Amino acid sequence: MPILIEMPKLSDTMTEGTLVQWLKKVGDTIETGDVIAEIETDKATMSMESFDDGILHAIYVQAGEKVPLGARLGLLLEEDEEPPAEGAVIESTAPAAAPAEESAAPTASAAPPAAPVAAVTDGARVKASPLARRIAADKGINLSQITGTGPGGRIVKKDVLNAKPGAAPAAAVASVPSAQVIRPVMGEGDVRIPLTGMRTIIAERLLASKTQIPHFYLNIEVDAAPLMAFRKQANQAAEKNDKANKYTVNDFILKAVINSAVAVPDVNASFDGDSIVKFASVNASVAIAVDDGLVTPVIRDAQDKSLLEISVAVKDLAVRARSKKLSPNEFSGGTLTVSNLGAFGVDSFDAIINPPQAFIIAVSSIRKVPVVGPNDQIVPGLRMGIGMSCDHRVIDGAIGAQYLSELRRLIENPALMLL
Amino acid sequence: MAYDLIVIGGGPAGYVGAIRAAQLGKKVACVEMDRAGGTCLNWGCLPTKSLLKNAELYHLLKHKADEFGLSFDNLSYDWGKVIGRSRKVSDRLAGGIEFLFRKANVDYFNGEASLLAPNKVSVKDADGNVAEYDADKILVSTGCVSRPFPGFPFNGTTVIGSKEAMVLAEQPKEMVIIGAGAIGVEFAYFFNAFGTKVTIVEMMPNILPVEDEEVSQTVQKSFIKDGIRVLTNTKVTGTQETAAGVEITVEGESTEVLKADVALIAIGVQPVLPKGMELETDRGYLVTNDQYQTSSPGIYAAGDIIGPPWLAHVASWEAIQCVEGLFTDHQPKKVEVFPGCTYCQPQVASVGLTERAAKEQGIAYKVGHFPFQASGKAQAVGESTGFVKLLFGEEYGEVIGAHIVGSEATEMIAELGLAITLEATKDDLEATIHAHPTLSEAVHEAASQAYGHAIHIPN
Repeated sequence: MPILIEMPKLSDTMTEGTLVQWLKKVGDTIETGDVIAEIETDKATMSMESFDDGILHAIYVQAGEKVPLGARLGLLLEEDEEPPAEGAVIESTAPAAAPAEESAAPTASAAPPAAPVAAVTDGARVKASPLARRIAADKGINLSQITGTGPGGRIVKKDVLNAKPGAAPAAAVASVPSAQVIRPVMGEGDVRIPLTGMRTIIAERLLASKTQIPHFYLNIEVDAAPLMAFRKQANQAAEKNDKANKYTVNDFILKAVINSAVAVPDVNASFDGDSIVKFASVNASVAIAVDDGLVTPVIRDAQDKSLLEISVAVKDLAVRARSKKLSPNEFSGGTLTVSNLGAFGVDSFDAIINPPQAFIIAVSSIRKVPVVGPNDQIVPGLRMGIGMSCDHRVIDGAIGAQYLSELRRLIENPALMLL
Repeated sequence: MAYDLIVIGGGPAGYVGAIRAAQLGKKVACVEMDRAGGTCLNWGCLPTKSLLKNAELYHLLKHKADEFGLSFDNLSYDWGKVIGRSRKVSDRLAGGIEFLFRKANVDYFNGEASLLAPNKVSVKDADGNVAEYDADKILVSTGCVSRPFPGFPFNGTTVIGSKEAMVLAEQPKEMVIIGAGAIGVEFAYFFNAFGTKVTIVEMMPNILPVEDEEVSQTVQKSFIKDGIRVLTNTKVTGTQETAAGVEITVEGESTEVLKADVALIAIGVQPVLPKGMELETDRGYLVTNDQYQTSSPGIYAAGDIIGPPWLAHVASWEAIQCVEGLFTDHQPKKVEVFPGCTYCQPQVASVGLTERAAKEQGIAYKVGHFPFQASGKAQAVGESTGFVKLLFGEEYGEVIGAHIVGSEATEMIAELGLAITLEATKDDLEATIHAHPTLSEAVHEAASQAYGHAIHIPN
């Protein structure tokens, strides 16, 4: 029987994928598990494995083409199998609203997540009452996108009735911005570059964030001298031993940001319609610039990690981000983000919140500036600017200020963050 | 001495709230002017269940011994021991609450509390000594007492409320009970079982007027068969104390004067407000917001004192909601779905909507019905009166109401309370294997009957 190869769903937010490169050509024999192509999703470039054995009979999508989930990529035939007649329609193996299979293999679904789909659970267990399940199935509401208000966070009737059919997560609500903005006029020599998956997701998420989240901004300037001295001490070991870890300024700032979120837990939260979700763990998203964009992979359970563990984790994430080797689950679940432009010499900036998080920390460069010393004399000092952008629905000014005050205390007394 | 929480009243709201707060690591005191356990343990739920067990047993032996092949001579009873057993049960349980307080490190003060300020309570003990205590938060759970009949005040002997009725030194020969709610109906069953001539008077068309009409009718039929005189649609228009007892004039199908040794007034309850600060009330009950806070910040209230339904299990639940709201990040909920039980025989238990309420709210529903007559277990134990009646939402089949009348109805209702809380549908009830032989199989069959596939009765 002919088997269609379709665009698989490789991440939660993926709605389409770009076929970067075929690794097999027509006529090749393929076994289950063989890597047959590279696919670029909204988040990463990933290998696509075959789920079946056969011979690659046809290729429908060429390298560089972007197609929606479930689209036909190629066709496998069994050995000695007659190819289907020209023009014959081969049924897609994945029905539009098929529940995600429990197997580890990524499954294809022709329905983009924003469209109304049957009340499937997307594989994860959803706590919902039998009545809520029935109503959701009836109205075509996806339970995985609803927050429950029943006992233990269970989704109950009321929650489903309050949800809109086909409701999608906030990030996916915004349409591609190019449809709304004032379009540029192109002249001679101008170049049009189609958005990559990553640029599309950046556009969607940040437009949604800046338009839907009531941002406010707090700024502080901290004394960076103790931190620089402390870092120098910590890195002395690395000078003698190539294998010892070398700490960056950012490692210390991350550690301070994480510890402060533990000290002021109200900031480690998300706005969710009719409630605020407070997170038990601090999952730190780290903004990493990559070719043609940026990614924000997550250091999970960061509150339990030592400075060394954080430093090692960031280095690993950065290397793999730049080589597009991060897996989709490494991007999800962040509860706060740190964006550090200090290395680029930026004096001061405010960042856009990475939804659905409630705040983002913007770290600027460390500058040598004249400061007023203890006896009112002007002396040289080291200063670093830190900005905090807050979702006012979750974080009020006083809480944000309290958070920054704790952050300042740790950065200016770096030994405290190791206690 | 400063407390995180002082609870005024040691009943089902107060003692439960106090212990829960102590479990959450708070420094808690509970002030009770009578005895720990409140009306429920001392003068309500529990001592009456003790009396009703005596009544059931006596009724069974007297009327059904032959059916079970038992015979004996001179079956008699000792009224003093009947009452005495009930008091012993109360004594033991009240002592149990004090033990629980000690285990939970709740300070227990026996005395009368007074609200001096939103964070200050005074306690006057039996000797008149007054002590003052500071509290960050105060929970008022002072409860209710029997409501007197207008113009016919309680006198402790011939015009009485439920509290006196459960400790009458002598059994009355004739009794008129005004009001056929749960309390009136339970006492009617109790006194009648021991041979008192009982007349129960109800203004509404049915006894147990808040229950499903079919349920009320079933109990009414059983009462009449047992010899209780049931006057429904009947108003009390005159009351008088006489040398022999009381004379009550009633107007129903006809006007007549009922003579009895004792009139038991069971027309409801009235609130017992705490002394001291005045808090906002509505019809006498403390007004509370969604967090159970009264009109004074820092002062909270739960239980009977915040109004209907006046039920011990609701009071305890409210107190826990309130206390968890105060000391954890829990969002308190107000009561919506709760079971109601009446412990006469046959027993009555219900949860959720009655057909009447569903109609009033314009909810489309389906009814499932299963009589205990068709239950093997009911036949085996000789208790085939009554039925299970379930209401399901028409569109999705969720359980919206359950009404049981029968010998063990009150022990069977929990399943259906859970079903409503979990928003279970008829499929879930049907998918659950109910043990055989039990009376609870009737729940399963009633669910099936609603959808035309009950096995043991025509659909």
